[in-house]
Amino acid sequence: MNLLITNGRVIDPSQELDATLDVLIEDGVIARVDKRIKARAETIAETIDAAGLVVVPGLIDLHTHLREPGQEHKETIATGTRAAVAGGYTAVCAMANTLPPNDERAVTEMIIAESRRNGACRVYPIGAVSKGLMGEALAELADLRAAGCVGVSDDGRPVWNAQLMRRALEYCTMLGIPVIAHEEDANLSDGGVMHEGYFSTLLGLGGIPAASEEALVARDVILARATGAHVHIAHLSTAGGVDSVRHARAAGVRVTCEVTPHHIALGDESVQSFSTNLKMNPPLRSAEHRQALIAGIADRTIDAIATDHAPHHFDEKNVEFDLAPFGIIGLETAFAVCYDTLVRSGVIGLDHLIDLMSCGPARIFNLPGGTLRSGALGDVTLLDLDAKFIVPNAFRSKASNSPFVGKTFHGRPVATVVGGAVRYDARAARPAKRKGKK
Amino acid sequence: MRASTSSLRSKDLLGIEHLLPEEIELILDTAEGFKEVSERPVKKVPALRGQLIINLFMEASTRTRVSFEIAEKRLSADTLNFTASGSSVEKGETLIDTAENLVAMHPEMIVIRHKYPGAPKMLADRLPNVSIINAGDGSHEHPTQALLDAFTIRERLGQLAGVNVSIIGDIAHSRVVRSNIHLLTKMKANVTVAAPPTLLPAEIGKMGVRVVHSLDEAVAGADVIMMLRIQLERQGKLSFPSLREYYNTFGLTPERLKRASSEAIIMHPGPMNRGVEIASDVADDPKRSVILEQVTNGVAVRMAVLYLLGGAHDGE
Repeated sequence: MNLLITNGRVIDPSQELDATLDVLIEDGVIARVDKRIKARAETIAETIDAAGLVVVPGLIDLHTHLREPGQEHKETIATGTRAAVAGGYTAVCAMANTLPPNDERAVTEMIIAESRRNGACRVYPIGAVSKGLMGEALAELADLRAAGCVGVSDDGRPVWNAQLMRRALEYCTMLGIPVIAHEEDANLSDGGVMHEGYFSTLLGLGGIPAASEEALVARDVILARATGAHVHIAHLSTAGGVDSVRHARAAGVRVTCEVTPHHIALGDESVQSFSTNLKMNPPLRSAEHRQALIAGIADRTIDAIATDHAPHHFDEKNVEFDLAPFGIIGLETAFAVCYDTLVRSGVIGLDHLIDLMSCGPARIFNLPGGTLRSGALGDVTLLDLDAKFIVPNAFRSKASNSPFVGKTFHGRPVATVVGGAVRYDARAARPAKRKGKK
Repeated sequence: MRASTSSLRSKDLLGIEHLLPEEIELILDTAEGFKEVSERPVKKVPALRGQLIINLFMEASTRTRVSFEIAEKRLSADTLNFTASGSSVEKGETLIDTAENLVAMHPEMIVIRHKYPGAPKMLADRLPNVSIINAGDGSHEHPTQALLDAFTIRERLGQLAGVNVSIIGDIAHSRVVRSNIHLLTKMKANVTVAAPPTLLPAEIGKMGVRVVHSLDEAVAGADVIMMLRIQLERQGKLSFPSLREYYNTFGLTPERLKRASSEAIIMHPGPMNRGVEIASDVADDPKRSVILEQVTNGVAVRMAVLYLLGGAHDGE
């Protein structure tokens, strides 16, 4: 089954490509990217006219909570991956804090099997660092790697024991996978529920100081330097964290990092509404931190945008702010939020954003994809940059805990191709000028 | 020349932060009239006859709950007291479900005390036909306390503008201090807060107050000295080393009070810890302590708030 995507503006930062070209996918892999590809009609199962659209390597999310196994009332692999393709993602990395956690091969195999059965996109499992995510003893990391895990993380909580972190980093140098660090000093966080600053004082809500993250980022870049291992800092949210990464990288330390769309688009002042869809960990920070994240994106200290898609059931969020679980969904809004916050605002070019959302993630986790070179996975996303839309309170995700509902954004994925198969197609919903199409 | 108003803009009283100065004036002026009602032989007016007010107290309270209940009865409202213990809250019912079930019985107002910030706003946002009155939400706001404090200051000192108010104690965990800062700065009083740095919340200075770490500095030049309760369970942990050391550094004693103006009044929202934040000689000083006047005025101020919000339900 072959697919020809014609007349789109093809942007592929992995080969510094930005031109009107056709993309031919044969047998699930990229066959050619070229001007006016003439393929024999009988070999083409489907043609997509991408005139007016941008064609990019499929987006890859390094940080997704699919909740299966164990919390299927929040999300499943089926619904989470449908949310992913609707957001232009062709692959997601599934975090390990499921029930039971992905700390042994059987769970990894279950996730992979269910993804193949019912998933709409590729799913790369992340294994646990420690058994039961308890932060005490290493999980069977080599077995997890062999089963298909592309990294390990106790995400949701920090690896508090520095010796355990050191050993995990050392062990993973043998496996060639990164340790993904949720950076938080729980004593400094002290039960806080939002960023510590003027607004936590105003609202009387417990504060999570920036130092809570900054202290652990500093520790882990030191451990990465000492071990030569690759540490990847998850959902970086602080100015001090960006500084640590920048300096460590300059000194040759193998440290990479991601930021979320919400940490660059929203600030702690928004928590004045007491909406529980503004509660996540790390919390929305103050303007100075937000500016530092954006500066870190501009100077390429930050390698990737990752959603930290964290679905929760309506009932779980429909409670007092202190009682609500941390986390918001993000897969279906990530591109638009970043396009407005970073590209339309003039901070970076579109090619840089595609690098952050596709090529960068593939590069740092050593994943297939993130490129349209011949022979690469036939994973492609089509974007409509002219689209202007209000985020509806209706998601493909099972959850709807998004702070962006009702907000207006520009630019959205309109078709998502995974391995040559169209897994999401909203082109028919595009207004006006394309009315003549079938 | 100040603007004046004859009604409140919102159906709810969730805090002082979003009140206009003229709304604060309106509540205080209205309370003056109601104070007289409490001095009559028959301490009752028919203003809220036929209105049902539910006192939803999800956290322990003596003063505030009793004060609201007396205010409601003096306005002839029907009152119902609901506490978390012995209710379906203990069976795991959520706040929203509890409130919606109560609202199904058609109250006009709900007075809520809750340990978590934002709980009153959560109800106000979801219950369009009921007035929600915040009787204290976590460390966020306690608007009627600030109003009764302002009423007491105004009654004693004649005005709020230009008055020097020093608030001393656990600023970090106090809803009283937040509401008071909003109110006093809106009314052009000068506010100083004093505490060890471990009992001050982040960036408190941005709320428009002077911040000091010395009791002596705080009382010097103060017209009003407001002491806050120290929660005994915080001693010996990370907020301060011991009650002994706290008393020695921030406890208000007769000796340290000598630095204040001889006219300065002493306030405390209660409950007091005698010998911790305040010496009995100071708390009971008949010339300077207005602590029990605050309690008396609390009823009048709450009557004013209930009356002004109750007007929203006229004709229903």
